[in-house]
Amino acid sequence: MNSKNYSNVMTPFTDFIQTLFAENKPQLPYTKEVEKIREEGLRTFSEKDFVVFKKENKEIFEKSIANSTNWQLQLTTPAYRPVEEYFKCKVENIDSQMFFFQNGWFVNDGEKLFVNEKGVIIGSLFAALEQYPQLVLPYLTEHPSEKEDTLSALNRMLFSDGLFVYVPDNVVVERPVQLISLIDSNQDLLLNNRNLIIVGKNAQLTFIQCDDSIHFNKSFINNVTKTYLDESAKFFYYKMENKDAESLLFNELEVMQKAHSEFYSNAMTFNAGYIRNRLNVYLKEPFSRANLYGLYLVDKKQHVDSQIFVDHQMPDCESNQLYKGIVDESATAHFLGHVLVRPDAQRTMANQTNRNIALTDEAHITSKPFLEIYADDVKCNHGTTVGQLDEEAMYYIRTRGICEHSARKLLMFAFANEIADFILIDSLKARYKEMIRKRLNGELTICDHCVLHCPYVHE
Amino acid sequence: MLKIENLHVAIEGREILKGVNLQINKGEVHAIMGPNGTGKSTLASVIAGKEKYEVTEGSITFNGKNLLEMSIEDRAREGIFIGFQYPVEIPGVSITNFMKTAVEEVRRYRNLPPLSELEFRKMMKEKEKVVELTEKLSGRSVNEGFSGGEKKRNEIFQMAMLEPELAILDETDSGLDIDALRIVANGVNKLKSPDNATIVITHYQRLLDYIVPDVVHILFDGKIVKTGPKELALELEKRGYEWIKNEYEQQKLQ
Repeated sequence: MNSKNYSNVMTPFTDFIQTLFAENKPQLPYTKEVEKIREEGLRTFSEKDFVVFKKENKEIFEKSIANSTNWQLQLTTPAYRPVEEYFKCKVENIDSQMFFFQNGWFVNDGEKLFVNEKGVIIGSLFAALEQYPQLVLPYLTEHPSEKEDTLSALNRMLFSDGLFVYVPDNVVVERPVQLISLIDSNQDLLLNNRNLIIVGKNAQLTFIQCDDSIHFNKSFINNVTKTYLDESAKFFYYKMENKDAESLLFNELEVMQKAHSEFYSNAMTFNAGYIRNRLNVYLKEPFSRANLYGLYLVDKKQHVDSQIFVDHQMPDCESNQLYKGIVDESATAHFLGHVLVRPDAQRTMANQTNRNIALTDEAHITSKPFLEIYADDVKCNHGTTVGQLDEEAMYYIRTRGICEHSARKLLMFAFANEIADFILIDSLKARYKEMIRKRLNGELTICDHCVLHCPYVHE
Repeated sequence: MLKIENLHVAIEGREILKGVNLQINKGEVHAIMGPNGTGKSTLASVIAGKEKYEVTEGSITFNGKNLLEMSIEDRAREGIFIGFQYPVEIPGVSITNFMKTAVEEVRRYRNLPPLSELEFRKMMKEKEKVVELTEKLSGRSVNEGFSGGEKKRNEIFQMAMLEPELAILDETDSGLDIDALRIVANGVNKLKSPDNATIVITHYQRLLDYIVPDVVHILFDGKIVKTGPKELALELEKRGYEWIKNEYEQQKLQ
């Protein structure tokens, strides 16, 4: 298959990707079903316009991609390096089960799939597909949602591997599962990880996702995580992003929720090259709930884009969104929150709040709340603010002998810490607060001295 | 200690204070009374350094230094404390952190050595007792979700922590029930010393049963129209502000 079969206007990037796919397809992990997924991905990728961002960002994004059409795929699992080589430091007092991906591949000193006595399965998606095809395939081959765009399609075309987690009915996974994606390469890598998480009836899982770079070549990370929550399942999701300026990071998380299920998400961005976080939540059955929190702290020329879609399909569901950001220097932040309340979704409760502080005149923030409501018996609120620090509070603080500079910092910490306060794990909360403090003090950067910025690790 | 001479203050071109004269010495407690809208809170704000107020004439000196040239924080560091009528809620800023920063910066300004963590905690505990704050303050955000009484007690607690030379309590009694009033007043009395001074701004005489002033001033129409001993407050309570108003109008006519 080559690019000339498609008639729409190509950007150099789409052209490049199609060629890359044609050349590398034979080396990508293969099964009959996966091949079909890839081909479908290619079709969508080629047919749809390459609109990744909303208008404002499109230009910047395309410019950055057009500048480098020399992305490389890593086609095989890199050699295993003991975790300790990366983690020079001691893991702090949280007890998580860590799983490492390096350059898009599951790396481990041996096993690729772990099954515990309760039937919890965690490991490489391809290993799981081989061993439990009946379990994995129905989810993996599920028709993509209408929200699929060119980047999700790109992921379907090129995905190397991903983390697979299966929690059987009635099993509570006590220790959080932590996924750490490292990049260690002297090439400019294009990575597509596809994670699949299945949480059974009454089951419970906490999942922590961290993205980090080790070598600072350019990287283009395009991750998709699909999550399925069965009846009364609980899923707690934490995301931490601390990326260098040379990286493009796209994360898409889709969550399908059945009756009485509960989804919690808390995503923090401390540094970014260009980050887009997409979160699509489908409240497919009654009494399902989603609480979504986000924080972005960006400066210099960083960009962060939060696109949230919550689909209330059935009655008596509830969703809450609270996203906050501090944008300094000439950084850019975009928030797009779309809440759809379908005709059947009576007694929906939906809240959406996005608050931003712009610290300079050059900082650019757009916030677009979008409530689309087709049911009549609903309680929906939204609020969005873009402003400066509260002057009354500044005055009050300064009357206690605290200088303007420190007063600003206190208020910025307070503003940001509100999101950290929603973290349900105490040790994680403390660690995040420490990172927020460092970040706002300008002490937290991507630098050679602090190799890994994972929240559990002490420098 | 504090000397205010012929102070004229305007907000957005409207004159609020029209020539206030006031002198406060060490060890004294002054009450400033007056009906609403006569400039009591404006006076407190100007001393604190609030930016929207414009001093058009006159001077304020504090221990011989020109207060009007100082930043808000330097006035506090020099030893002025304002207890607010409506303390601002600052979600996310813990009281501990807030006070630690304040004490640190104030001590640095006063050339005092920094407190150790232990010393600071000890101080917090001691000062909490002054206003009977038995519940744990340390974990809570500044004024967030506090009742009216808690907010005022928190103001006095901060005053205790910062050990000011001059405390100005702006309508500290407003919105307090009798128990809270007593606790707040006791706190203020405990902090009183021959080296510091207090200005109590109040609408009612009630607070002055607890914090007994040496001097009572009545502020009306942007000026101090009457000054007297503590009995003046009682007389005012009995005769009402109409009395002052009438007297003032008559003086004006003459």
